[in-house]
Amino acid sequence: MTSIDYSEKIPNNVNLAGDRTLQRALEQWQPNFISWWKDMGPEGSQAFDVYLRTAVSVDPGGWAHFDYVKMPEYRWGIFMSPAQQDRQIQFGEHKGQPAWQEVPGEHRANLRRIIVTQGDTEPASVEQQRHLGLTAPSSYDLRNLFQVNVEEGRHLWAMVYLLQRYFGRDGREEAEALLGRRSGDQDNPRILGAFNERTPDWLAFFMFTYFTDRDGKFQLSALAESGFDPLARTTKFMLTEEAHHMFVGESGVSRVIQRTCAVMNQLKTDDPQKLRAAGVIDLETVQRYLNFHYSVTLDLFGADQSSNAAMFYSAGLKGRFEENKRSDDHQLKDASYKILGVDGGALVEREVPMLNALNEVLRDDFIKDSIGGVSRWNKVIEKAGIPFRLAVPHKAFNRQIGTFAGLKVSPDGRVVGQEEWQRNQSVWLPTAEDRAFVASLMGRVVEPGKFANWIAPPPMGINKQPIEFEYVRFN
Amino acid sequence: MSVHLEVIKQHLIDPEICIRCNTCEETCPVGAITHDGKNYVVNAELCNLCMACVSPCPTGAIDNWRQIRKDDAYSVDEQYTWEELPKQTTIATSVEQGEAAPKTDEGGGTDGVEGGIEVDTVLGSTLPPWSAARPYVNIYTHKAPITATVVGNYRLTAETSESDVHHIVLDFGQMPFPVLEGQSIAVLPPGATAEGRAHHARQYSIASARDGERRGYNNLSLTVKRVVSDAQGQARGGVCSNYLCDLKKGDTVQVIGPFGSSFLMPNHPNSHLLMICTGTGSAPMRAMTEYRRRRRLKGATGKLMLFFGARTREELPYFGPLMNLPKDFIDVNLAFSRTQGQPKKYVQDLMRERAEEVAGMLRDENTYIYVCGLKGMEEGVLQALADIANQSGQPWEPLWKKLKQLGRLHLETY
Repeated sequence: MTSIDYSEKIPNNVNLAGDRTLQRALEQWQPNFISWWKDMGPEGSQAFDVYLRTAVSVDPGGWAHFDYVKMPEYRWGIFMSPAQQDRQIQFGEHKGQPAWQEVPGEHRANLRRIIVTQGDTEPASVEQQRHLGLTAPSSYDLRNLFQVNVEEGRHLWAMVYLLQRYFGRDGREEAEALLGRRSGDQDNPRILGAFNERTPDWLAFFMFTYFTDRDGKFQLSALAESGFDPLARTTKFMLTEEAHHMFVGESGVSRVIQRTCAVMNQLKTDDPQKLRAAGVIDLETVQRYLNFHYSVTLDLFGADQSSNAAMFYSAGLKGRFEENKRSDDHQLKDASYKILGVDGGALVEREVPMLNALNEVLRDDFIKDSIGGVSRWNKVIEKAGIPFRLAVPHKAFNRQIGTFAGLKVSPDGRVVGQEEWQRNQSVWLPTAEDRAFVASLMGRVVEPGKFANWIAPPPMGINKQPIEFEYVRFN
Repeated sequence: MSVHLEVIKQHLIDPEICIRCNTCEETCPVGAITHDGKNYVVNAELCNLCMACVSPCPTGAIDNWRQIRKDDAYSVDEQYTWEELPKQTTIATSVEQGEAAPKTDEGGGTDGVEGGIEVDTVLGSTLPPWSAARPYVNIYTHKAPITATVVGNYRLTAETSESDVHHIVLDFGQMPFPVLEGQSIAVLPPGATAEGRAHHARQYSIASARDGERRGYNNLSLTVKRVVSDAQGQARGGVCSNYLCDLKKGDTVQVIGPFGSSFLMPNHPNSHLLMICTGTGSAPMRAMTEYRRRRRLKGATGKLMLFFGARTREELPYFGPLMNLPKDFIDVNLAFSRTQGQPKKYVQDLMRERAEEVAGMLRDENTYIYVCGLKGMEEGVLQALADIANQSGQPWEPLWKKLKQLGRLHLETY
């Protein structure tokens, strides 16, 4: 059994050194985690020295400590945001009562389910991205990928900590199961659909980190409001790291667009074939990738009407995004919300009890946030003087979960027939040919300061280092 | 009403790099960071520069700072409208007190030139007058300097004076070296420091007009004060000033530049120059005055008013030629701070004595103001301008803003 130097090896602010039960549970789990990382973590990169950020404490000075680290030796820590004295539950039936420091018996099963579902996405995305290192467009991007990966690993640790510390034996079993499921596995897949999709190329990776990690942000924000204080504090700290993942996505797509626009201006063409021949990704293909990742991510928020969501809220387990910035009664018994439904083949707005529509409320907040970044991408195109504009598709487009599942809706929000859908599918969603083309651009660039032809360099390096800094030493 | 010169370091977020993740707002312990649907911004009145937001920022967008006059700090509402960050309008560099009239360039940089100062673009203009000629800058660099030949080197101050100021004329032969009054050049002194590093270049204002120290020749002049002690009064020979003051006719000098793209004179004939300087800060004033004197023959009608300060009459460079200029061409006012038996008098005291005339010039939209001298003079001169303006019914704050905006107030100190 591996013995762990708790203060040094696992940076934490949860008094790990003084908690024997937790130590025993982690001693069991940690070797299995390392073995999972070696099997399913970034491929062929375990010996690299990577310039990584490690959180060593939760105060502003301590949580962004940069140094070269071999990933299997990364110090995955366990952190909670500082406790708020006399924190109260902010919403639901227990509003105004002191926040729970232990799991309330009646909510045990639901809380466990929430934590397991969140926790499952963390190793899943590491598995989805494990081949990408072989085709990184620069050592800067490679480093960013690895940073995302180790932080997803830390988020897994955070969820495992909650399971082991607060849920006894079944918590420990769930923690083991998190290392047992595999993304895309027929027999033992990850829990959520989007986390069983492949992340085959870097454009998909950037779109994934932009859209799908943003789902993570909204789920974590909702959990950061939880009446179960350890969950609230844990997820609140995770949000700080999640921001980096969205940065990788937003800036990644932005740099792809910037490069394409530069070549468009250079060649004075908007012909996708000519642009592809010049080795950059045409904006139409970028739009198709966007349509795909956006719609798949919308599904992650669950059914538009959900009694589970209502129950989670009323019980004080999961709040809304920025709950404390909203001015309603935070109980929502009489509140209603407009959702989009289908009536006789047409999309119609319906007013439903807000409690049942909380998935939709969160989805709409996500949509608003997503659009912001897309408009910043458009600024890049605008700045280049090119008339093309990207847009998120209608929220009923390409949905597999909820009211719109099975319905054919165009990106501009028209319900269309099977024939029109078939005819336009290759205009609206990435085709096998699109993916093959993007894949054909993927080749590894390792020399510091050099970038693949299809992506522009970033405006600045990481942690004030120059762009040509040696972010990864390949040894 | 007093002039607020307090310059702050304002913390700003780059809207082109920021991803609006809210991490900074979450982290800020004093609630100084806020956002609207477009931008995340820092409230300068609340921010205490604690830096807590800097390392959590995933993008680096948070780490932007602008030196700015406190009263001009960008408001939250203004920041909400930004598509990109405004440019920094000043560069402060190291100061080698008393070396001469060295300066640094705000536009395009001076390629690692030290021993200069700043064109103060926080308190003064960032742009030249509308009618200024277009300057050439950075033609010759560290890597590719130009060789100039010394064709004259004269002591300007009396032999009895302890202040040794030289007038040095450099000729560029057939090589192009186009300059304008108000621009500067830098000299690369030969040799190396005790640590074996090459001496860095020193900057000097050009003291001659654009068409040559001697009209029609490809030469220019510098006003160089021999530095014999440092700012604390300790004996210390200035490397470059001693090198220059000791040059003989026929010696060659490595030069880079020219520098400077805002401290330039207006060229419309009815424009007026209000010039305020001390010591070797007179170099650009001499250049502008000389150019106007030559142009005067061609019908220029603008007025020139000069306030010139030195410790004593003997230390005042160019005293003789200055006194020979016609009174209807230039209104010369000399202030001496160390004349035996006389009370100390500074340029700002003289300006107050001539308040009526100064106020009249301030009122005229064709007046352009130039200040050049030791850093310490800036505040006093601005305060005098403020008092004169306010007392003559011209509220200073809006006037000041307008002067800066229109490229009509130029400050250069060292």
